[in-house]
Amino acid sequence: MKKLLSVFLACLMVLSLAACTAGGKGGNANGGKVKVGFIFLHDENSTYDLNFINAAKEACEKAGVEYVLKTNIPEGQECYEAACELADSGCNIVFADSFGHEDYLIEAAKEYKNVEFCHATGTKAHTENLPNYHNAFASIYEGRYLAGVAAGMKLNEMIANGEITPEQAKIGYVGAYTYAEVISGYTSFFLGARSECPTATMEVTFTGSWYDETAEKEGAIKLINNGCVLISQHADSMGAPTACENAGVPDVSYNGSTESVAPNTFIVSSRINWVPYFELIIKAVQNGEKIPTDYTGTIETGSVVLTDLGKIAPAEGTQAKMDAVKAEIQAGTRKIFDTSAFTVGGEPVTTYMADVDTDAAYEGDHEVISNGAFNESADGFRSAPYFDLRIDGITLLDESY
Amino acid sequence: MNKKEPLFHIVKRDVLPWYKSWGIRAIAIVVALIVCGIITTITTGLNPFKVYGAFIQGAFGSGRKVWITMQNMSVLLIISLALTPAFKMRFWNIGGEGQVLVGALATAACMITLGDKIPNALLILIMTVSAILAGSIWGLIPAIFKAKWNTNETLSTLMMNYIATQLVAFFTIVWEVPKGSFTVGIINQSTNAGWLPQLFGSKYLLPIVIALLTTVSMFVYLKYSKHGYEISVVGESEKTAKYVGMKTEKIIIRTMLLSGGLCGVAGLILVGGINHTITTTINSGQGFTAVMVSWLAKFNPITMIFTSFLIIFLERGAGEISTNFGLNQSFADILTGIILFFIIGCEFFISYRIVLRKKGDK
Repeated sequence: MKKLLSVFLACLMVLSLAACTAGGKGGNANGGKVKVGFIFLHDENSTYDLNFINAAKEACEKAGVEYVLKTNIPEGQECYEAACELADSGCNIVFADSFGHEDYLIEAAKEYKNVEFCHATGTKAHTENLPNYHNAFASIYEGRYLAGVAAGMKLNEMIANGEITPEQAKIGYVGAYTYAEVISGYTSFFLGARSECPTATMEVTFTGSWYDETAEKEGAIKLINNGCVLISQHADSMGAPTACENAGVPDVSYNGSTESVAPNTFIVSSRINWVPYFELIIKAVQNGEKIPTDYTGTIETGSVVLTDLGKIAPAEGTQAKMDAVKAEIQAGTRKIFDTSAFTVGGEPVTTYMADVDTDAAYEGDHEVISNGAFNESADGFRSAPYFDLRIDGITLLDESY
Repeated sequence: MNKKEPLFHIVKRDVLPWYKSWGIRAIAIVVALIVCGIITTITTGLNPFKVYGAFIQGAFGSGRKVWITMQNMSVLLIISLALTPAFKMRFWNIGGEGQVLVGALATAACMITLGDKIPNALLILIMTVSAILAGSIWGLIPAIFKAKWNTNETLSTLMMNYIATQLVAFFTIVWEVPKGSFTVGIINQSTNAGWLPQLFGSKYLLPIVIALLTTVSMFVYLKYSKHGYEISVVGESEKTAKYVGMKTEKIIIRTMLLSGGLCGVAGLILVGGINHTITTTINSGQGFTAVMVSWLAKFNPITMIFTSFLIIFLERGAGEISTNFGLNQSFADILTGIILFFIIGCEFFISYRIVLRKKGDK
């Protein structure tokens, strides 16, 4: 009996020991050293991921911290596994760059309490109540607006040269999905263009994929055949810029310069610079400070940037005009989603409940109109865009996605 | 006029003893590794042994990695086993991808619409039945067309894949959260309703156990059951089967029901047990990879354990290489391609031998 008991106790001890080691796996064993793990949906062939990859390398090398890059991680359990593997290998920050990674990162965050999980474009950090899970985005609508100003200048130049009549100033836009981030993007771009060229209108088509070179190219060609005289896009391949270059139609791109494939038609590109955010999270972990639940980078923080203008396509005086508008935005005298600048169904918008806390029924839950403007990515709400109004002047060619 | 004998000709071998055939395979792998090493050194300047080390590291580098490798292997193995009875019958089921997808879709539909409304055990039962049914129906449609009108099953099963993908895309838009994101996200993340149970507290064990049980059952079914015998007779010659009085139509339909249904189980595991979401790419082409796994194993369920391991090992290793050395995933895919080329190619030398023209023969 005694023997049996001792065997039992020994087993119990072994088991509890195993339990202890299992429980301690989230521990930060690096003694204050920071190691960052990055999870990317695609690799450097996608302009979206390339923008993140470049920033990750730059920020980590500047800070002198170790980092691991994992590319081509799908939006499924693979993301959870990749996050856990990174945490297992001693990373104390794990970052993922794609929207669909969010739920899997949250699962990993629940398991590894001592590791900080940061996610770009996500929407759940402010409702999830996990101290080690954070969302980040940038007020890229400001960058889109400035790129729109450059587009409006180009339209004005084409009108002045007699290439088109003011009524023909129709912009084409290749979007991925009818998602708030895309809607916010094309609306701010359009408002920027219309602030310069009041007769501008816009047509939008959706590809149903964030990265589909063929569909993006075909979408751009369709818009050009529809009579669009300037193209912009929110999808991640070189499809639209290539189509524009072939057709000789000016193009405002996204995520970075596409001048290499479209030297004659490239005007400008807005992009999010992730270096400031990466520096912030690295510093926070080094100093034991808190990482904000929702971080929205701005022009001010250097997160929203525009590339150099193209050498051939942009209109005269574009840079000076963009700089002037940028100063107004920074001073707060120009608001992007100023409710006096747009109407919905012919009426000005005075109140709108946006779906900030996402739910399956897409119910609006926060009043976002205040002080005469739609408050995008506002403090205390969430960093990812939630502007999804369908404003007048923009025609959606298809809404199946 | 003497017709000149060609420089070499190809002769079918008698069955080789096992040690010789495995010897040829071993040589193929060694040659493949040497070729990979040369290409690695020339193109990247890396030490090929370090790269091979990373391959192993990727599959077995940590406890978690071993589990993931086994889990992925299990899913691939189940799909391969599912296709095997059809292949043995010479019914070219290229529709594994679609059959898995509809199984996955049925599972997700149950989890989304019934989650929290009925007891969990009942929900899982309904999920299982629906997944198997959905997969079976996807296998049944081409089977009926083949049995009744002798349509080409390679084409019809292949086309069913696209229908399945579009169905999943359609429902992704119905279920997406938030609107427009084309992402369903983790289903029932807070309640875990409809999540398949964990065995002994391990996330990874259930698919492994199911795969092992399926392997043994399939082996017995094909080798020792009357059904299995009928399948091989139909595969050898449909006419013989008809002549000895077998109902070939019934056998074809029955076998495809089994094949599709088992693919449905793989879909159930992918959604209910592993990913807990539904996407058009959830199966990541494994319905096609499984064709290779099944063929490489010469339709032997037990050998399939090794062939599915080989494929997953290469896949996991490839991912590790791109992470460790900052190489593009495509480079790892090139290495995988070379290794597979040699392994598949060597089967030729196991079945045939090359006879050179004898000297003096003019």
